[in-house]
Amino acid sequence: MQNERKIRVLIAKPGLDSHDRGAKVVARALRDAGMEVIYTGLRQTPEQIVETALQEDVDVIGLSILSGAHKTLFPRILKLLKKQDLTDIMVFAGGIVPEEDVSEMKKLGIKEIFGPGTTTEEIIQYVNKNLPKRDQS
Amino acid sequence: MSRTEKIAAGVLRGDRRSIAKAITIVENNPHEAQELVATIFPHTGKAHIIGFTGAGGAGKSTLIEKIVREYRRRGKSVGVIAVDPTSPFTGGAFLGDRIRMQELSTDEGVYIRSMATRNYAGGISRATKDASKILDAAGKDIVIVETAGAGQSEVEIVRVAQTIVVLHAPGLGDEIQAIKAGIMEIADVFVVNKADRENADKTAIDIQTMLRLGSKKTGWQTPVLKTVALTGEGVPELLEKIEEHRCFIEGDAACKENLLKTRAEAELLEAIQERASRALIAKLRAEGKLDQLLREIIERKVDPVSAADRLVKKAINDD
Repeated sequence: MQNERKIRVLIAKPGLDSHDRGAKVVARALRDAGMEVIYTGLRQTPEQIVETALQEDVDVIGLSILSGAHKTLFPRILKLLKKQDLTDIMVFAGGIVPEEDVSEMKKLGIKEIFGPGTTTEEIIQYVNKNLPKRDQS
Repeated sequence: MSRTEKIAAGVLRGDRRSIAKAITIVENNPHEAQELVATIFPHTGKAHIIGFTGAGGAGKSTLIEKIVREYRRRGKSVGVIAVDPTSPFTGGAFLGDRIRMQELSTDEGVYIRSMATRNYAGGISRATKDASKILDAAGKDIVIVETAGAGQSEVEIVRVAQTIVVLHAPGLGDEIQAIKAGIMEIADVFVVNKADRENADKTAIDIQTMLRLGSKKTGWQTPVLKTVALTGEGVPELLEKIEEHRCFIEGDAACKENLLKTRAEAELLEAIQERASRALIAKLRAEGKLDQLLREIIERKVDPVSAADRLVKKAINDD
């Protein structure tokens, strides 16, 4: 039997906004690209997201946010990931993040932020290219 | 210590990160999996493994969320493996069972893992059985395996779980469906979910009629229960039946005795609560003391709990 390595991605909706069309479109696109996509559903706390990432042993987390609360929620998520020693997970974001906040978010550890107009193909390519090397077979 | 040994040791400690890594190993790497499973195997066999199967949309995930809560209320730790299908075309999967259970994700007594079938037939994946062993070895009292939405012949779950719950929802088929072979034969407990919908009674009767035509050779009487997963209606009764089945397969008289005692105690407690409170109030009223006590509570001279404490103490000492 040969080893079968699948990319596992968590798509999460932190905070209170309930617009999940974007999250679902991205989840579906990554699924069609051959990845195993876990979707948390709406209104997740940073604690729920990080605990889910831990239990599901994902390689990548995609955060979808349109509420404007990224400056509160993203740092909290990244801090919890650090606390759980899960810094080998690649985190990207999508939705509405104002231009002036992008570099700050990237400095915190968000690898990439995809705004309106991004094609799903760009996201798939990005994930495939920037997949973290994790300690597993 | 090799990486595998470290992970195995972590699993036995119940460490969540190690459990996560271990399940990834049994999914991805057959050779490493063999070593891992061999190490933890002596520590398995303690958990009760329950399979939930049934058509997609019957309400498996929603019902499981309620069942887990009920087990948690009773002080049990729970592991859940939720399986969803892999696309035979792209190899990808959308694992969405967790959405119904996300509120449980921060409860340290609960571990939930989503798995894709990876094109293994029968509603589970090749690694599902080993994953259930990992959760068993990690000390979970209860391991629940939710199959991918299953139609008629996906019966692989019987190789993994000790108790099989088959879910139905009203309106999915008539009594002819109930006679068919396959999934209908593997149930230890039947559940008609969405029981608040039209035709739920008819669906339950169809299944009961089919069961009466011939029961399992083991002597177990397969019950048909009704639940409303969204509200939790019927969940305590379902849990009782699952526990009863566990006693049955273990052939354990003491286990049955215990179950009967627990149930009797709950019934007694309920009866006492109702009767004792009514009797106490009636006594107070007959002695003409009720109004005065109520007045004292209204005027904040005594709080209701202290007043009740005093009354109960007095009533017990009087006898």
